[in-house]
Amino acid sequence: MTTHRQDAGPRPLTITLDGEPFAGTEGQTIAGMLLAARRRSWRTTSAEGAPRGVFCGIGVCFDCLVTVNGARDVRACLRRAADGDVVETQHDPLPGVTS
Amino acid sequence: MTVDVVVVGAGIVGAACARALARRGLAVTVLDRRGAASGTTAHGEGNLLVSDKEPGPELVLAQHAARRWPSLVAELDEELDDELEEERGGERGRPGRGFPPLEYDPKGGLVAATTAAGAQPLRDFAARQRGAGVDAQEIDVASALELEPALNPALTAAVWYPEDAQVQPVAAAEALLASARRAGATVRTGVEVVGALRDGDRLVGLRTTGGDVPAGAVVLAAGPWSGVVAARLGVSLPVRPRRGMVLVTTRMPHVVRHKVYDGDYVGATQSGDAALQTSSVVESTAAGTVLIGSSREQVGFDERLRVAVLREMAARAVRLFPFLADASVMRSYLGFRPFVPDHLPIVGPDPRTPGLWVATGHEGAGIGLGPVSGELLADLFTGAAPAVDPAPFRVDRPAVLAGDVETTEEAS
Repeated sequence: MTTHRQDAGPRPLTITLDGEPFAGTEGQTIAGMLLAARRRSWRTTSAEGAPRGVFCGIGVCFDCLVTVNGARDVRACLRRAADGDVVETQHDPLPGVTS
Repeated sequence: MTVDVVVVGAGIVGAACARALARRGLAVTVLDRRGAASGTTAHGEGNLLVSDKEPGPELVLAQHAARRWPSLVAELDEELDDELEEERGGERGRPGRGFPPLEYDPKGGLVAATTAAGAQPLRDFAARQRGAGVDAQEIDVASALELEPALNPALTAAVWYPEDAQVQPVAAAEALLASARRAGATVRTGVEVVGALRDGDRLVGLRTTGGDVPAGAVVLAAGPWSGVVAARLGVSLPVRPRRGMVLVTTRMPHVVRHKVYDGDYVGATQSGDAALQTSSVVESTAAGTVLIGSSREQVGFDERLRVAVLREMAARAVRLFPFLADASVMRSYLGFRPFVPDHLPIVGPDPRTPGLWVATGHEGAGIGLGPVSGELLADLFTGAAPAVDPAPFRVDRPAVLAGDVETTEEAS
């Protein structure tokens, strides 16, 4: 016996990144959906504003952090997308004490 | 082919020696058993501190280093501007800004006493430092909280050190090496020293796993492994590993603004005790992680994780910054400082062995002191007037000659 639905493939879902919709299917991670849409970066470094996205892809490097439904520092490579997830990019500026 | 100088160790000290010597026209080869900047250089925090140094020769060297770092960073930035231009210029949209930034940040250090007993020793220490020309400003709790709003307000004393700074040590060492290569130096990694080439008493090069390397002189800059390498050359040098661990949090908004440590740190760095000592050192990196140190223990080159050490460091850090209780730890790492019994670097010729020069023993201060130590060594090597008095750092001082040596320690 299988509990899978009989009618066709995985269920489609939609998330937004900074308001922009991204389409995917159930089971994909947020990073997976973004990469599938050819989006390669979604975070910027504090010092130089350089782009960052998936580096390790396995939850170790913390380069792919995003805010999901208001909770910050979520690893996009590990979080499975849920339909309607509101995803936001993060940028943490350096404090104004550096030269 | 005989080079003028072969440098053993491609950490920040070896890199600095190589750069300083090569820029004076000498033919230099750098050897490292593993990779460039892969040992102690890659396993610390990038501290450029005057705040933790007692008045004395090490402080004099640190004050010279604090003056030298800004101009050195500017030199390297300018010199390496076109490095890796093709790889990095396009994507970043900033052609010409090729070499990774050294993340040199003169952020200043804040030292806080957290116990009643610790307050007066910190004040006395700062007063002695002021007498030696250090900018050590005793500040009240309100001023400390203005500098570090997340600091635990239950302080008993605080001293602000504007001269403390931070650098990304691996980037700094790689930049020094890149500069050395541009001046003609060769860097060979994966090459281990196995013995000496001698002409009578004189050292005339090295036997290595990559073949013989004849050289006019050898500079031993192998950090905590210097004692082991010296033994392979038939020389005793009392440099021992002093282990330290660091906790790394996940990225977070920049809350910790300066180098912040508790007053116990000074006592810990100056102690020769082999037993575990911890003191809290907390700082943010440009990447947004917070580094939490520090620990000191003499357990040889044992790389096994000790959770008890991490626990003690974390507890101390939370005492300084209560918000860290909710921080997530991403990883930890450990490294070995090159410890010398009298806590002073060893820089200069070894009069016992003609042809042998030494630049090591900086313990936890090698990132800050490395560049000026390399320049000091090059001054001595070429007969130039040294920028600081080299006598306290000489190889043939009693504490070095009398120090007990571990020659059987397996270099890991």
